[in-house]
Amino acid sequence: MTIQFNDETFKDDYTFKNSKEALARFPFPFHEDSYMYSVNLEPHVTSRPGSVYEMGFDVDEHYVSEMRDRAEVLAQDPLRSQSLPHMTLAGWDFLELVMENKSKDYPDLFELHKDGNKWRWINKPLGIDDTFTFLDETTLPYGPLEYIGRQTQGDHVLLDQREDNLWADAGIVTTQADWSLDFDIGMNFFQWHAPVPLAAELGVFKRALKFLMNIQLGAPARRLNWTMTVNPLLDTSPENYAEWGIQKTEITPETIGSKQHLRVELQTLWRLPRSNALVFPIRCYLASFEDIATVPKWGRRLHRVVRDIPDELATYKGFIDNKPLMLDFLSKFDDGLPTSDGIWPDIETEPPLQK
Amino acid sequence: MSAGAEKIAVTVSEKVVLNDLVTRFQFKRTDGGSFPAFSGGAHTVIEMKDGDMTRLNPYSLMSNPLTPEFYEVSIRRDSEGRGGSMFMHDQVNVGDEMVLSYPVNLFSLDLRARKQLLIAGGIGITPFIAQIKQMSLMSGNFELHYSVRTKSLGSYVDDLTDQHPNNVHIYYDDQDQQIELEHLLSGQPLGTHVYVCGPKGMINWVRSTAESLGWPESSIHFEEFLAPQSGKPFSATLAKSNVTVDVGEHESLLEAIERAGVDAPYLCRGGACGQCETRVIEHDGDIKHHDHWLEDEERACGDKIMPCVSRFEGKTLVLDR
Repeated sequence: MTIQFNDETFKDDYTFKNSKEALARFPFPFHEDSYMYSVNLEPHVTSRPGSVYEMGFDVDEHYVSEMRDRAEVLAQDPLRSQSLPHMTLAGWDFLELVMENKSKDYPDLFELHKDGNKWRWINKPLGIDDTFTFLDETTLPYGPLEYIGRQTQGDHVLLDQREDNLWADAGIVTTQADWSLDFDIGMNFFQWHAPVPLAAELGVFKRALKFLMNIQLGAPARRLNWTMTVNPLLDTSPENYAEWGIQKTEITPETIGSKQHLRVELQTLWRLPRSNALVFPIRCYLASFEDIATVPKWGRRLHRVVRDIPDELATYKGFIDNKPLMLDFLSKFDDGLPTSDGIWPDIETEPPLQK
Repeated sequence: MSAGAEKIAVTVSEKVVLNDLVTRFQFKRTDGGSFPAFSGGAHTVIEMKDGDMTRLNPYSLMSNPLTPEFYEVSIRRDSEGRGGSMFMHDQVNVGDEMVLSYPVNLFSLDLRARKQLLIAGGIGITPFIAQIKQMSLMSGNFELHYSVRTKSLGSYVDDLTDQHPNNVHIYYDDQDQQIELEHLLSGQPLGTHVYVCGPKGMINWVRSTAESLGWPESSIHFEEFLAPQSGKPFSATLAKSNVTVDVGEHESLLEAIERAGVDAPYLCRGGACGQCETRVIEHDGDIKHHDHWLEDEERACGDKIMPCVSRFEGKTLVLDR
């Protein structure tokens, strides 16, 4: 497998763009024409070659540019990467998990050579060739979580499991949908989910927590989550709200197709062996409305989902003010035809737009 | 989701009789590969094919957890039990092929602790052996207090005292030595966590003493796996699967459900983790709750059962499974 890496930006001039291939594998999050919370977790097993579900840690054309964006955010705000002292072992577990998966799944891009605890890690896309001692922090330029987090797309949170709860005690977070690691660090599962509307009443959190605490070694789980972002901005953080919040007021009927993005998170959960912690990778994929609308099924469905979503959710996800503008744009791609079940584009079988 | 969704084919590579009661088994991967690392306190579930019966018993792993080349468990012979330990002692030999589950930890160390205080009774030493190996490799601060019946029945006493002379304290029952628990617990520095594994009486003693001395609940950890008890045979109807299973005298309800080919979730198989909780749709008789998962109110309702350890006496039992 050869990946052509894009040279692109996620801020200022926003040169981010999905190739045709990247759009075809975009993880569209709606499996039906409406949306409500559910504990939509499934085993994270290899499925659909070419899709984002094929590999444990997906690497795509945005890899090199995303890692550059992360390095810039960390240089401005080092608190985006934090690890409480008891989480170092979990950081090593995570480093091993990523290195083993990537070197197995992308042998032309990544290599891991082990000689006892002496490890050599080669990351060709980023030009890294490091030798270090596993479990010895002094042999890496950063702690293990930050070291591998700077080389892995997606945010990563390490969850300690104790007292029948999960605790967000470490993370590297620069591509987040408006939440702050510095604010949430040390919180438990119910505390960090407190701002989410409706779900607690539905009993979603209790069931989800029970499921997560029983995730076992070798049997990771996954789900998709989504929100809306104006401009292809990875770092929609509360810390920088003053800079990006205003952009939500700047879209017009002429620019909405290219500026408004559906932001999808592929969230996976893995039990870590030595620490008994969980790692929670949150991988962000962006696609513009106009790109999504080139897939007839997705265009129809996105219109129906946005039209029918409860106001509480549109408010929480931060797009209630732009909802009328979105519907004006999206309605052009909804001809009222039925759609097929499931998230996949079904280009060959779904009819083209009938208007 | 069943425990050990992921399994490992292994070959028995060592069988060492430690004393009259305890035998250690070492396993290597049949495919020659390496084992997953694990956290101290984790257990594996061993599949035992005993004639046409399959037993699944959990045992604490006691090999080096960080870079394991093999897995080891120590099994105490229980001649009063349902036969799993007797099967291991009498039937399993070096070279035999078996199946283990991936490790699961329901008794992990709280890595925030400034000091780990470990209290073991008898075969309850096994999870601590892996935890001590883990802490020795990571320079963790610990102290072990280990109570055994006699010198000859003190599994691993010599190894532990040789390797950690300043951290290990042994108490012999036959010499009337007893852990001075109140003194021990009240003298600990702030930030200490206490862990206890052993007979039920010992666990209750440590928990209640620590609580009465004002230890926070979150600093008190215990592992109490119950072996399923034998009892009178009974029948249960599985409504969703539309089958009735007969549970034998030495069989658990969970084992009978599995024998009928019905997939049922589990993790610890010892009444502790809650994973196998099953709704009772209808019952006419007494549910014999043996778990320590359900609350008293839930037991009074009679609408839940933990099939890994609990039994039934009466006419009709219908489960949502």
